[in-house]
Amino acid sequence: MLATRIIPCLDIDLGRVVKGIKFKDLDNVGDPVEMAKSYNEQGADELTFLDIGASYKSREILIEVLEKVSEQVFIPLTVGGGLRSSEDIRRALNSGADKVAICTSAIENPSLITEGAKIFGSQCIVLSIDAKRQGNSWYAYTHGGRNNSGIDAIKWAKKGENLGAGEILLNSIDKDGTKEGYDLELTAKISESVNIPVIASGGAGNPDQMVDAVKEGKADAVLLASLLHYGEYTIKDIKEHLGKKEICVRW
Amino acid sequence: MIAIIDYGAGNLRSVKKAFNHLKQDTIIAGKPEDLDKADKVVLPGVGAFGSAIEKLRETGFYEATYDWLYENKPFLGICLGMQMLFEESLESEDTRGLGIFKGKCPRFKEGKVPQMGWNQINIIRESPLLEEIKDKTFFYFLHGYYVETIDTGTVIATTDYFINYTSMIQKENIFGVQFHPEKSGQAGLKMLSNWLEIC
Repeated sequence: MLATRIIPCLDIDLGRVVKGIKFKDLDNVGDPVEMAKSYNEQGADELTFLDIGASYKSREILIEVLEKVSEQVFIPLTVGGGLRSSEDIRRALNSGADKVAICTSAIENPSLITEGAKIFGSQCIVLSIDAKRQGNSWYAYTHGGRNNSGIDAIKWAKKGENLGAGEILLNSIDKDGTKEGYDLELTAKISESVNIPVIASGGAGNPDQMVDAVKEGKADAVLLASLLHYGEYTIKDIKEHLGKKEICVRW
Repeated sequence: MIAIIDYGAGNLRSVKKAFNHLKQDTIIAGKPEDLDKADKVVLPGVGAFGSAIEKLRETGFYEATYDWLYENKPFLGICLGMQMLFEESLESEDTRGLGIFKGKCPRFKEGKVPQMGWNQINIIRESPLLEEIKDKTFFYFLHGYYVETIDTGTVIATTDYFINYTSMIQKENIFGVQFHPEKSGQAGLKMLSNWLEIC
């Protein structure tokens, strides 16, 4: 049976792992290579690295980090943040990433999804959507959650699939860092609208909320950051809990 | 020396890194002559069957690979590299595969496509590739098409994703796995080192 994936996410700025609350208040928490190795040993199913520095220098350092991680950690690696062209995607993949997550650049230039899928295959193009609620709708935001693109997040997910994305990384800006739980309504709406896997992100505070993300939110995977980084739960704790609630996890 | 065939599709780096981690010399084979230096060959691959076979032909690897397989030399096909060992894919019906195994490759009709993530193998028969690997072990899968095997005697393991399908095959020295051992953590590394031991 296909297992629900538990994916630690490392937000990286200038080669250090940081984690913000609602995309602000950055706090320095650790060395990405060491953390990647440790999460792999704990049983992480994949790892995601997001460059939030998005400066040229920060991206270059992340490429070096990926080189090191991919020589020691043999599980799927996703990288995102500031990738603007198929050449950027090629460099990320060549450095050891298996997939790339694109957010702002996909909204600014949707043909990047199609081009990337055509050259490298759909399986490695992850459409990252930063969504924020407004009334009964959600909108896709760009530039690390700062700008509203005015594009409906659910429609964008469907369009992204049609353009060639192989997976959706759905991050709720409203829930990010709050520990209130994932945005279940949004996750379910998007997961039911597309036929590609959806990773729920933003808001995880305890394993019960991950069960909800899978059962109610229909998520195929859950992304976690601060909960793991600050040692509140281990991946083993989370998998045991999910297993008890009859969710298939990998051991 | 292990040759990893580079026909211009898919990510070969992770396969290379996994073998290097196992202290093996590898060569990324960019032209058919590179296979002369090797005693083992890996055909990796993700993406579309038709364009991959097309690229194998353009680069001259189709013939070279066929000859290698015909001589029953140590070979491992990974993911699309396993599917290409079959006769045809429904993804591109007018493209002939290498035809070492009988059968074709239909697309999943249920569930999210591609199947992406960790799934289990059901061991059908013993194989040296499965040394110290237990039934129901998880491996990392990433594929939209699967192989429909006619010669069931070649099946080592199956996997369930809405249907039950072949996920590992063997015919003498020729092996194929639908999952990505190079991305399947310790279990994957163990399988690769088993393959190295056999050949």
